[in-house]
Parts: sequence; structure tokens; C-alpha cells
Amino acid sequence: MNRIIYRENLNDFVTLMKVDAELVAKKAKPGQFVILRAEEDGERIPLTIADYDRAEGSVTIIFQIVGATTEKLNRLGVGDYIVDLAGPLGRATETSEYKSVAVIGGGVGSAIALPIAKQLYNEGAAVYSIAGFRSRELVILEDRFREISDKYILMTDDGSAGEKGLVTDALKVLIESGIKLDCVIAIGPLIMMKFVCLLTKKYGIKTIISMNPIMIDGTGMCGGCRLTVGGETKFACVDGPDFDGHLVDFDEAMARSAIYKNQERSAHDDICNLFKKEADQ
Amino acid sequence: MANLSKNKNPMPAQNPEERNKTFDEVALGYTEALAKSEAERCLNCKKPYCVDGCPVNVQIPEFIKKIADGDYEGAYSTIKQTNTLPAVCGRVCPQESQCEAECIRGRNGEPVAIGRLERFAADRHNANNPANPEKPTPNGHKAAVVGSGPAGLACAGTLANLGWDVTIYEALHTPGGVLVYGIPEFRLPKSVVKKEIDDLIRLGVKIVTNVIIGKTLMVEELFEDGFEAVFLGSGAGLPKFMGIPGENLNGVYSANEYLTRVNLMKAYKNSSTPVLRPKKVAVVGGGNVAMDSARCALRMGAEEVRIVYRRSGDELPARAEEVAHAKEEGIIFNFLTNPVEITGDEKGFVNGLVCVNMVLGEHDSSGRRAPAAKPETKHTLEVDCVIMAIGTNPNPLIKTALPGIETHKWGGIITDDDGKTSSENVYAGGDAVTGAATVILAMGAGKKAALAIDKAIRGKER
Repeated sequence: MNRIIYRENLNDFVTLMKVDAELVAKKAKPGQFVILRAEEDGERIPLTIADYDRAEGSVTIIFQIVGATTEKLNRLGVGDYIVDLAGPLGRATETSEYKSVAVIGGGVGSAIALPIAKQLYNEGAAVYSIAGFRSRELVILEDRFREISDKYILMTDDGSAGEKGLVTDALKVLIESGIKLDCVIAIGPLIMMKFVCLLTKKYGIKTIISMNPIMIDGTGMCGGCRLTVGGETKFACVDGPDFDGHLVDFDEAMARSAIYKNQERSAHDDICNLFKKEADQ
Repeated sequence: MANLSKNKNPMPAQNPEERNKTFDEVALGYTEALAKSEAERCLNCKKPYCVDGCPVNVQIPEFIKKIADGDYEGAYSTIKQTNTLPAVCGRVCPQESQCEAECIRGRNGEPVAIGRLERFAADRHNANNPANPEKPTPNGHKAAVVGSGPAGLACAGTLANLGWDVTIYEALHTPGGVLVYGIPEFRLPKSVVKKEIDDLIRLGVKIVTNVIIGKTLMVEELFEDGFEAVFLGSGAGLPKFMGIPGENLNGVYSANEYLTRVNLMKAYKNSSTPVLRPKKVAVVGGGNVAMDSARCALRMGAEEVRIVYRRSGDELPARAEEVAHAKEEGIIFNFLTNPVEITGDEKGFVNGLVCVNMVLGEHDSSGRRAPAAKPETKHTLEVDCVIMAIGTNPNPLIKTALPGIETHKWGGIITDDDGKTSSENVYAGGDAVTGAATVILAMGAGKKAALAIDKAIRGKER
């Protein structure tokens, strides 16, 4: 049981929660994740650790409400308990060798990119952050990113905040401006990471991406999170979640991420209807 | 009066046509009358070979005699002296290749139904709401056990009985390991597992869930926390795949994933964990895990479920009773058949399993005849789901937990006969050492290591 000690709605669909988890906080590093269950008999879902405070013994998670489990999680408030939380899982993001990095976050992916950007910045690297969202209402973590970036570029699909365009547009401009990057770290929807990788491959810039596939245990037991990297099958939970983006089979990963799409939609609708009923009463 | 029947009393079971739609337990257990008359088949041999056939040396003729005499609680106590989990073993042990294989009655007819009698004694005990077991006097020593599967539970139980203060660390949210995530409800009800684990907790064993040794805590930290010995029973969790094209299509599951979704995450009860509901399923493999997967798929609503196995029916490694149950329930067996490719539709979902027929050749290193492919026999089975049940490798996280521990190339931890590893005061047992094997072998290893730990640490005091 892990107590929620702080919560904040970053926008209408994305929530930040700080949770008591002393042992996890003690070991956590940027890029790692936890697996949690929002309630008894609930699903196990992986969520990346957005921040941690070893002194306080807490970890921060940021999640987008996309399915039944995140919907239920979002109903919990300060003082409530998450029934199970285990971690930190996966390998930490290796940042020490980089001196000049573009960190790209797409949507809620920026929450995962933030601690990595922060670590790079604290290690003295030049950090160029690019964050992309559909529109102004969905922008999250802008101030926190600005604090730890040498340059922060905000992109929206409709131009309602920052510049109009995709993160790849901004990355292209950045690269062509003559700034030398020794690595690009991209975290966000699979389709975004795919196109970032196609672009950086052209320029020959090493690119690290973070996978967030469906998984159960997070310790290598189920194999549900498998993906093809450089022609080999890897498990995101124990071999990742970070991989060399130029080697990842994104099309396969996208097909795999849609496996329960129909079931999830109906589960999500069921939960929504349930909550609506409660609200009506 | 001895019962001279050549045959075992049959096990009462649910009707196959009804049971293949529910997750209720298939084998119903002996009645008192059936148990007593079966117990009377035991000759109470002076030199009981059956006991040697049992990895934890249950005093078999002794407990069976007590059943024959109507002293059921006494029978249970006798079993419990050497076996931490009688109700589990009575259900899932491969008795036909262990105790019952050695039974004298089996030389001319069927052996005594030792497993069924063990289950009877345990169920009888559990049904009578037994009093709390007496807590052994603490001996002031602390041990940590990694993993709450059969090896860990047996090790913890044995140490606790000797007065040790034992803490088990479990990575998942529920203790039990393969007993809860792998073996389905219809073969091993979770209430039975819970009862046995509750017994351990009453003995004073502490179980900490959601802690992954190798991630949340390292073995070294356990020693810093005052544990004097650590037992690694982390199992063989890492599923194997065949390495054939199409294995990452949607609808290809490892047996681990499929069984975990259905059992531990209770997809069979409409929990919020999603699972595909395929119509035509192929399960690749011939062990107990393959039978469990196939029988689960049938119960989850599949119309046609087949086992695809590269050797013949004679080589099936599954427990005989599970194979018989699977056949009764309508599982199809494609023997001497091996997959070479999985095909999918444009959305990435499975639509076929391409196989070749096999022929058995010379005996290989496993002592079984090696299958060889006949490439000209390539054919496609129309399926929308493939479950890979071809074995597992030891959990890779344990090497992170204890850098420097010696392991085999394939990942198994290297130990001596007592379960002692290359690291001081670290012991290991079960599938983490042997690779995928049985519940009872893991329990035997856990128990052996517990006795070795006790001897090594407490021996110094004497």
C-alpha cells in the first residue's frame, strides 16, 4: 500500500501524483519505471518514474487518462492508497557520455523526458528540449523544462502555443542551425519516435527512445513487452525500456500496442458510465 | 483387511462436457469411504521404496496406515513433518514418476493412489478449521527468502519450524509464485494455496510483496539488514520463444503471459486485465504448462484448441492425469508436428501456424528419441492464437541482485548438493538452479537448503 501525498492536474487529461515509496525512491534513476495496481483485482500497468525524492522517500508518477486503470487511478486523492507499487524496474537511461543533447517529449512523454533532461543538465551537458502537444490546453511541465534546458522549444499541432508544427520540424531546424548534437533522446507516441528516428538517421545522430509497451510483471516473466531491435527479440522490461531508436521495429511495436484496443475502449466506457451514474446520484 | 484390487479407486471428477466451461476444480477428491478402501491397498512394506521416490521423503506407509485406521489428523501430521504444502502436492505432483513409480503394488496392477490419499488427508485437515499451529521457540536467527514459489515456501517453512525468523520477498503482488500465476484454478484452487501460505504466516513467516530483489533491494542489503543467510528461489520466469518468423504478432503469447492474465490477474472472472478471446488456439509444447494453457483457452471460450508437439504421445512430459483430462475435455493433439512460422493478417494479428511433420530418430542427450523435420510436409493450421509453452529460463534479475554469483551459461545458479552457491551464506534451489522442473523438486531443494542453512549457521554455536 502506497499513500498518495500530493496530486496536481497538469491538464484535463494528465495527472501528477507523488506517492510514498521509500524503497523505490532509494534506488530510482531517470528512465526507470514502476508497476502499479490502482485497486484490488485491478490491472498491473507500468508507469515511468517522473521524479523521486530520496530524503522524503517519495516517487512522482505522471499519467494520462487513457484506459480503465488510469481512470480509476485518477479518482484517487491525497491520503488515498495505491494498493500495489513495485520498482524501480528497467535499466536507467545512460546519460554520462553525452555533452550536447536534444531531449524530445511528445505529449505525456515529456513527463518521462523531464528527469532525463534534468540529469543531463546537472551533469553539465547542453540540453535542447523540444516538447510537442496537440494544442495549448494540453501543454504540461513548460516551466519545469525551462529551468533545466539551455533552450526550450514548444511546438503545438495547431500553433495555439509555441510554434506551429511537429517536434521533428523543430529538431530539423535545430540540427540545421549548426548546433552539434551527440545524442537525441526522444520519448512520446510510437509514431513520433519513429519519425524522429527517421530524421536523425539521415543526419547520423545517435538516438535513444524509451518504449512503454503493454506488460504485466516487469521482471522478464511474461514476455508481453517484447519488441524487435536490430532483428533480435528484446524484452522492454529487462533489456530496456531504452533502445537504440535506429534499430527498433516501430511498425511491429505499433501493431502490438493496439492488441487490446477494442477491449480497452469498452472497459473505459464501462468505467466512465459507472462514474457518471455515481455523479448523477 | 487388505484391499487386493489391482486398480486404484478412481478419482471422482466433474463431467468433461461441463467442466470444460468452468474454472471450478476438475478432480473432486476422495470421499472418506474411497480413501479408506484405497488406503487398505497399501502393503505397509518394511522397506518402503515409495519414500525414496519422494523428493521430500514423506513417510508414505505411515500416513496411509493412519488413513486406513481413520486417524486422518494423524495422517496429516505425518505428511506435514516432511512436506510444507501437502494439499498442493497431493494435486500437482507427478506421482506416476515418483512415489507411485516405486510402489510394489504397481508391479502387478496399479500402484496405491498415494497422491490422492495425500490430498484427502490435507483437505480433510483444512476443512476442519484446524487450530493455529504451535509457534516454535525462536532461535534468534534471521533468514531471507527470495521468491514465494514452491522452493521459497518450503525453505521458509522448514526454517520457521526450526525457530528461525524468516522473511520472504516476492516481486508480484500476491505470494505463491507459479502456484498462483501459472497453475490454473481448476487444477489447483487458489484457496488451497492461500490456506497453505496462511499456515506459514501463522508459523511466524513474514511475506513482503512488491519487492524485487535485484531492483528494489540487493542481496548485500539483506545481509546489512541483519539476515544471516539468504535463499534464492526466484524460479525460472523468463519464457523461451522458438525464434521463428511471426512470433511477435498479436495473438502469440508466452504460456507465462497467457496463464498470468487468466489466473493471477483473473481474466477468467472478468477483471480489468484484458486478454484475447481467440476461437482457434494452438499451444506449442507437451508439458504441464502446455496442458494448463490449452485447458484454460478452452474454458475462456475457444472452439478448437490443439496441442502441437514435436515428439509423439509417448514422450509427453506432462503428468499423465493432465493429459487424460485434456483429452477428455476435447483438446486435439497434433503429435510429431513442429511450427516453422506464424502468419498474420494486415493488422498484425495471427491467422495461421505453419508446421512440418516430424519423425523420431536416434536417442539424444535427454534419453529421448530426437525428432527430425520432414520439410516436404509443410502445412498450415488455421488459428487465431498461438501459445508458446516450450519452457523457461531462470530469471535474469538475480545476477543483478548478487553480482559475482556463479551461474551456468544458460542462467541457472550453480550450487552444491545442499544448495550452497558460490557466495557466502547464499543458498539457492528450485527452477532458478535446475531450470524449469516440478513443484515438488523445487520444494525438495528448498527444504534441503533450509537444513543446510540451519546446520551451517547454528552449527557454529554448538
